[in-house]
Amino acid sequence: MPDGVIGTGIGAVVKRVEDFRFLTGNGNYTDDINRPGQTYAYMLRSPHAHATINSIDTAVAEAAPGVVAVFTGDDMQVGGLPCGWQIHSEDGSPMHEPPHPSLAQGKVRHVGDQVAVVIAETLEQAKTAATLINIDYGILPAVMDMKAAEAGGTLVHEEIETNKCYDWGIGDKSAVDEALASSAHITEIDIVNNRLIPNAMEPRAAVAEFNKATSEYTVYTTSQNPHVIRLLMGAFVLSVPEHKLRIIAPDVGGGFGSKIFLYAEETIITWASTKVGRPIKWTAERSESFMTDAHGRDHVTHAKLGMDENGIFTALKVETYANMGAYLSTFATSVPTYLYATLLAGVYKTPVIYANVKAIFTNTVPVDAYRGAGRPEASYLLERIVDRAAREMGIEQVDIRQRNMISADAFPYQTPVALEYDSGDYQATLASAMKLAETSGFDLRKKESQARGKKRGIGYSTYIEACGIAPSAVAGALGARAGLYESAEVRVHPTGSVTVFTGSHSHGQGHETTFAQIVSEQLGIPIENIEINHGDTGNVQFGMGTYGSRSLAVGGEALLRATNKIIDKASKIAAHCLEAAVDDIEFKEGNFTVSGTDKSMAFGEVALTAYVPHNFPHDELEPGLDETAFYDPANFTFPGGCHICEVEIDPETGVTEVKNFTAVDDIGRVINPMIVEGQVHGGVAQGIGQALLEGCSYDSDGQLLTGSYMDYTMPRADNVPNFKVGTQSTLCTHNTLGVKGVGEVGAIGSPPAVINAIVDALSDMGVTDISMPATPSKVWQSIQSAKASS
Amino acid sequence: MHDFNYHKTSNIEEAVKVHMGAEDGTYMAGGQTLLPTLKQRLAAPTDIIDIAGVTELNTITVSDDVSLGSMATHASVANSSEVSSAIPALATLAAGIGDPQVRNRGTIGGSVANNDPAADYPAACLALNATITTNRRKIVADDFFTGMFETALEENELITSVSFPKPDKAAYMKFPNPASRYAIVGVFVALFGTDVRVAVTGAGDNGVFRPTEIENSLSSSFTASALDDTTISPDDLLSDIHAQSDYRASLIITMAKRAVAAAS
Ligand SMILES: Cc1cc2nc3c(=O)[nH]c(=O)nc-3n(C[C@H](O)[C@H](O)[C@H](O)COP(=O)(O)OP(=O)(O)OC[C@H]3O[C@@H](n4cnc5c(N)ncnc54)[C@H](O)[C@@H]3O)c2cc1C
Repeated sequence: MPDGVIGTGIGAVVKRVEDFRFLTGNGNYTDDINRPGQTYAYMLRSPHAHATINSIDTAVAEAAPGVVAVFTGDDMQVGGLPCGWQIHSEDGSPMHEPPHPSLAQGKVRHVGDQVAVVIAETLEQAKTAATLINIDYGILPAVMDMKAAEAGGTLVHEEIETNKCYDWGIGDKSAVDEALASSAHITEIDIVNNRLIPNAMEPRAAVAEFNKATSEYTVYTTSQNPHVIRLLMGAFVLSVPEHKLRIIAPDVGGGFGSKIFLYAEETIITWASTKVGRPIKWTAERSESFMTDAHGRDHVTHAKLGMDENGIFTALKVETYANMGAYLSTFATSVPTYLYATLLAGVYKTPVIYANVKAIFTNTVPVDAYRGAGRPEASYLLERIVDRAAREMGIEQVDIRQRNMISADAFPYQTPVALEYDSGDYQATLASAMKLAETSGFDLRKKESQARGKKRGIGYSTYIEACGIAPSAVAGALGARAGLYESAEVRVHPTGSVTVFTGSHSHGQGHETTFAQIVSEQLGIPIENIEINHGDTGNVQFGMGTYGSRSLAVGGEALLRATNKIIDKASKIAAHCLEAAVDDIEFKEGNFTVSGTDKSMAFGEVALTAYVPHNFPHDELEPGLDETAFYDPANFTFPGGCHICEVEIDPETGVTEVKNFTAVDDIGRVINPMIVEGQVHGGVAQGIGQALLEGCSYDSDGQLLTGSYMDYTMPRADNVPNFKVGTQSTLCTHNTLGVKGVGEVGAIGSPPAVINAIVDALSDMGVTDISMPATPSKVWQSIQSAKASS
Repeated sequence: MHDFNYHKTSNIEEAVKVHMGAEDGTYMAGGQTLLPTLKQRLAAPTDIIDIAGVTELNTITVSDDVSLGSMATHASVANSSEVSSAIPALATLAAGIGDPQVRNRGTIGGSVANNDPAADYPAACLALNATITTNRRKIVADDFFTGMFETALEENELITSVSFPKPDKAAYMKFPNPASRYAIVGVFVALFGTDVRVAVTGAGDNGVFRPTEIENSLSSSFTASALDDTTISPDDLLSDIHAQSDYRASLIITMAKRAVAAAS
């Protein structure tokens, strides 16, 4: 790669170019889009968690003012919403894949399940008409608890007798059992990874339109991956070929995973747009987001960590129940398997690991990837059990980690759970986080808190994660039904400005800036001359989209490779014009120079030559300067780091205040330090949210108790401290950029640091565990029970 | 939202008259509670009588007591230097309601009329022995709050002002619900000479109430330590996903102690 020469290249703190439009209200979100003749859809949803639909009478609703059409499951006989990853159980059998209809077929399986759609001239008319639909439900008991579900009895899907989607395993079980049997000490833990509701700022929305003249559908939708939606909706559900289905994901206001998936509503209105012959808009209300956006996490785990007498890990055994909800959302099945159990080595040398994962159906909203997806569950489990192991063994938290860490010279490192880590220096991130967190002053701070009647604690999390999920061949062998590459097209215009078409999708990450910085660095042109285009299947060649922190590591690398092709071709054109051999052409600072001479051509001149090819090597090259690259990585990337949290607890009220939070992450090469810092801030806020505030709660009848902001606690500015953030990078060894990914590290690394800090603060009172979210009420209760049992 | 007739009124008489003529009318003050209810179609009044334009209800007067017009917004009470110097606890309470948007629209009249069991103002009214004045009569706070979302107001009755006698000392301590930031427990303590009045909001299963145990302990000594051995029974307290009743019981004592310590 050329060295950074331009102020807007790699490593520069460039202000996000997209922010002007977002901050001035000029973003163009799906709900901002209105089409001539547009109608409005309202989804009538099940108020019951589990019920048969005995009959639906829509006659009165259809006659209501403004109503264009009413459709139910009987009308919409199309394919079900597909699941994109097939898992096989340990016994070799394929997972159960029950039908996932967009509009309920005879039965509803969670509160919020779509039963009918009303399409009307106005949204209010559609809503009013929906109240006139008469449904006779046969209410069934709801299956809420995963272990109860496994026992059978009430079945979410009649054909699945134990409500079990799969019973999967990874690792050498007998080796683990043997190692545990001969371990000097075994630490055990029961862990619940709390269910979260994503809460992107922009609710899901879609506008669908069918053009009779061209038989083409255009769908604007809030998606992180429009090409994936085109494939899933077109090929699996509606039988519409790609060239007749255009999916546009314009500005998208946050996704966090929840906008990866193909959802019923966008599918319903696309299907209905041909029936009514008019464009249809649907926008979720916030309460619909709560009860229909795919939720995250929801694991119940028991784990055992074996150690020798020196606290060296000998084996890890993990048994996890993972909630799938009522149906399989698009990537639900991969989250608790390949994105979770493969991370259970963490940063440690544990020689043998075995994990069993049972995926269970319940009468709840489907669960799928949410910022971190599987990896936060793994890091939480590991860092909690390591914390407990240290306490049980009487070893310092830092010490037990250092004793067991993979050393910096051990890379590439093959874990016992399939992954091969390419690079890292865990000791270095730990040391650098400790320095930034000023851990040496903790005892003093603790005393000072004590003097004010407060309990102070410190918690560590030395975590690893896997990003840029790849390679396609491996993913395919493991059950992925899609490839996991990315593509980029670099279109150089005649005067040397550039439009990039990327298959990555930005919904808050700042790609328009970061990706432009890569092009700026490569081609030696300022970012004002570069436009990053994404989100429209009508003009982007192809794309797998943005999730799993893959944009830079996969999409950025594809972009880099496309710019390399541009430089190659441009060098040939320059060589021709400068009458030199290609090998003698040097490209630097935006100029092609014949080495050792002052003969040179600017990038813009070469571009012009490519499009006005009067003097051009026609026998060797085609005119134009426009290159595309598809990139399929050789491996995952492995960001990691160390998060240190300091909390102060008011023992009278149970209120936990995060006093200090330090994150030092190894994310590979940093393209834009400011954006990186922002991503870490957001991720850590989300992680603190999971640890202290957020928890989806249902009652035993399957009613959502946390269905609004009155009851679901989102992190707010006053819940988080001023973060101390740093990077301590080793480069990824298998992509040219050396990048690893930063989108999820904050949410993956932070929750165990917070909980470990709380346990530390209360350990002298006898508290050994507290579940997330550690609300004031829970902290208070655990202090009371510790008091009662002491 | 269901359809309704909207009436913008400019004086008390007109507002009451329009209400009386309506089939199923409702006053609208700041709309902060009413509008969300309408949007969720939880209420379907035929007529909305907007009293935001009734300027005579905006006044804040401080003399022997502090009298707040029913349309006084939370922000105007919080920012009133007169209220702050007469009853600082009242201004602090108003400043702790909701967020800036809610405080700029929400009113004391709406809050008191609504009597949400987790609202803040009812605690101030009860502890300070406020008088609620309507277009028809005066009602003392002890008689006004009759249960969750229930008040002594009759059909068409319009609150015009709420007046608070000045205590020697008072303070309000709120333990907010982490999600909604309404009160999980809010304790208002007030000392009038040797009389102690305490009111608790957010916790009672029948709305705001006076905890006699705490009042008795504080009457013998208006100090935090006077509550060291006082307990509250969780029996009649709310229990929900945010706080069990025993936790609320403990919080009531803790917040009462902190309020006494902070009272000025
Ligand atoms: C996000 C949010 C957070 C909030 N947080 C808090 C909080 O922390 N603490 C708290 O105490 N409150 C809180 N509130 C409620 C807020 O204080 C409301 O403003 C208040 O409850 C109602 O006041 P309003 O003026 O908006 O009344 P409206 O919504 O206009 O009316 C409410 C009810 O009172 C009736 N009414 C209004 N004025 C009169 C009158 N003069 N005479 C007779 N009846 C009348 C109306 O008919 C209606 O039934 C919050 C509200 C929101 C939206």
